[in-house]
Amino acid sequence: MTDKPEEARAFGFETRQLHAGQRPDPNTGARAVPVFQTTSYVFEDPESAAAYFNLQEYGNTYSRIMNPTVAVFEERVANLEGGSGAVAFSSGIAAQAGALFTLLEPGDHVVSSSALYGGTVNQFKHLFRKMNVELTWIDPDDPDAWRGVVRPNTKAFFAETIGNPAGNVLDIEAVAAIAHEHELPLIVDNTFATPYLCRPIEWGADIVIHSATKFIGGHGTSIGGVVVEAGTFNWSNGRFPVVADPSPAYHGLQFHETFGEYGYLMKLRAETLRDLGGTLAPLNAFLFLQGLETLSLRMDRHVENARAVAAFLESHELASNVTYPGLPGSPYRTLVEKYLPRGAGAVFSFDCAGGRVGGQDLISGVTLWSHLANVGDAKSLIIHPGSTTHRQLGDDELRAAGIAPGTVRLSVGTESVEDLIWDLEQGFAHVAARAAEKVTTA
Amino acid sequence: MTDLERYQDPLTIQRVLHATKTIAIVGLSNNELRASYFVGYYLKRHGYRVIPVNPRATEILGETSYPSLQDVPVPVDLVNVFRAPDALPGIARDAVEINADALWCQFGVINEEGARIAEDGGQTVIMDRCLKVEHARYVGRMHWLGFNTQRITSVRAGLQ
Repeated sequence: MTDKPEEARAFGFETRQLHAGQRPDPNTGARAVPVFQTTSYVFEDPESAAAYFNLQEYGNTYSRIMNPTVAVFEERVANLEGGSGAVAFSSGIAAQAGALFTLLEPGDHVVSSSALYGGTVNQFKHLFRKMNVELTWIDPDDPDAWRGVVRPNTKAFFAETIGNPAGNVLDIEAVAAIAHEHELPLIVDNTFATPYLCRPIEWGADIVIHSATKFIGGHGTSIGGVVVEAGTFNWSNGRFPVVADPSPAYHGLQFHETFGEYGYLMKLRAETLRDLGGTLAPLNAFLFLQGLETLSLRMDRHVENARAVAAFLESHELASNVTYPGLPGSPYRTLVEKYLPRGAGAVFSFDCAGGRVGGQDLISGVTLWSHLANVGDAKSLIIHPGSTTHRQLGDDELRAAGIAPGTVRLSVGTESVEDLIWDLEQGFAHVAARAAEKVTTA
Repeated sequence: MTDLERYQDPLTIQRVLHATKTIAIVGLSNNELRASYFVGYYLKRHGYRVIPVNPRATEILGETSYPSLQDVPVPVDLVNVFRAPDALPGIARDAVEINADALWCQFGVINEEGARIAEDGGQTVIMDRCLKVEHARYVGRMHWLGFNTQRITSVRAGLQ
């Protein structure tokens, strides 16, 4: 050991988003993170190989389970979120499935916020049923609703920091306290906030999930996800034999006893990722690392632009129900001040006048906002659920899903904000012109 | 609450990792699935001399096991404890008696009285930390598994 001892300095977020998880490569001195585009790793000798597979030594075996480029990404996100570690996946949805598979067994029950990303709703409704896992949806805005539905077989609470697309802000500290009263972990999807705007672990969350595809990557290039664990949850409390008891899938290893605060993540990697696959590709990890290097800079700009766009929409006669939680009149204002003091992200929705046709006309009228199904790109994005993701639903069914026929979702990018507002004005002018056309031709 | 942070100082941990050559592991199990066996195996692999202290075994990890610290026939730098917290005061007294430099208590082995006895006897005390994890954090390859080592440095790493 030749290293100079390192002091326990509390480095700032901007320093850590550039450095955490990586040291210059020992072989080459490469300053950038090398892309280790390899499936497998040559063992030093048979004894080392055995030690790696037995998890007695930290060693690379096979890139489905671990890869040095992916590991830098994992450690960096874990560091920024304040967790004990992280495991990356090939998508946010895969990360979520992995996080839950690791702690659930058939016959278990999960309590979830009903204000979630549609892809998560699908996963919970359909995949859980196949796994024989029961689900109770609750209104996330009422902390007491969580308490009332806990059963003996409940294994987790699940919610998003900022709900998609209606912008509900979770009272993380209150919900975590209720989860912990019942010795349950709180799992939070922090995709919309990013660790720059909110760190749920600091407020009591036990597991944090990201779709890295969004603001972490930040440039719309790669699909990926990551699970971070706080490392403080007591998996040996009697409710989680699947984590604490000797594992038949790993020759009787007791992950929590053997690895302590790293036990859940070790099991997530050595069993769940091993068996489900869904591994993040090294090149995508590299692109996410490029994204993380500028996370704080981009998020400040996203927030600044989102505030301006939301304020513009709020004052526009053809827009209503602007759900940006960062607006002064938002019902979530107190929660935003507590959990999101640097800003409430950059994704929200509003209702365009003219219902389904109005929403469609707005989309047709803009030329700078990109019409597509993603969020969290540096480029501004727009989508009209009524004519795309939810087009099969009638107006009543749409409303039941919390979406009005004219609802438009925005992901505000980092362009010159006057150009974004100019383009929305073009869109609204098109809505008005088409409405007038209909009146004249009627 | 025990004030644990004073027993978890990173500079002290790194100094102990540097200075130590011989480690007596009190409560080292012969069962290869137990945490203590994982730690003992790992430390031996990384060049430390590991001495098992376990009255119920004669040999663990290929090394002679001794019933107590007093029975260990060579000087010990570090006493690493895998026992119930209640056993710590007695172990700390033994560690002082054999003149070990430091006492390292694993996750959950928290006992204020034991720590005080060791400190009064001039020993460095680390408590509620895993020796394997801290070694892997500062010297080893913990970062290869996506764990948060908390290390931030632009100094080129040594070969691992």
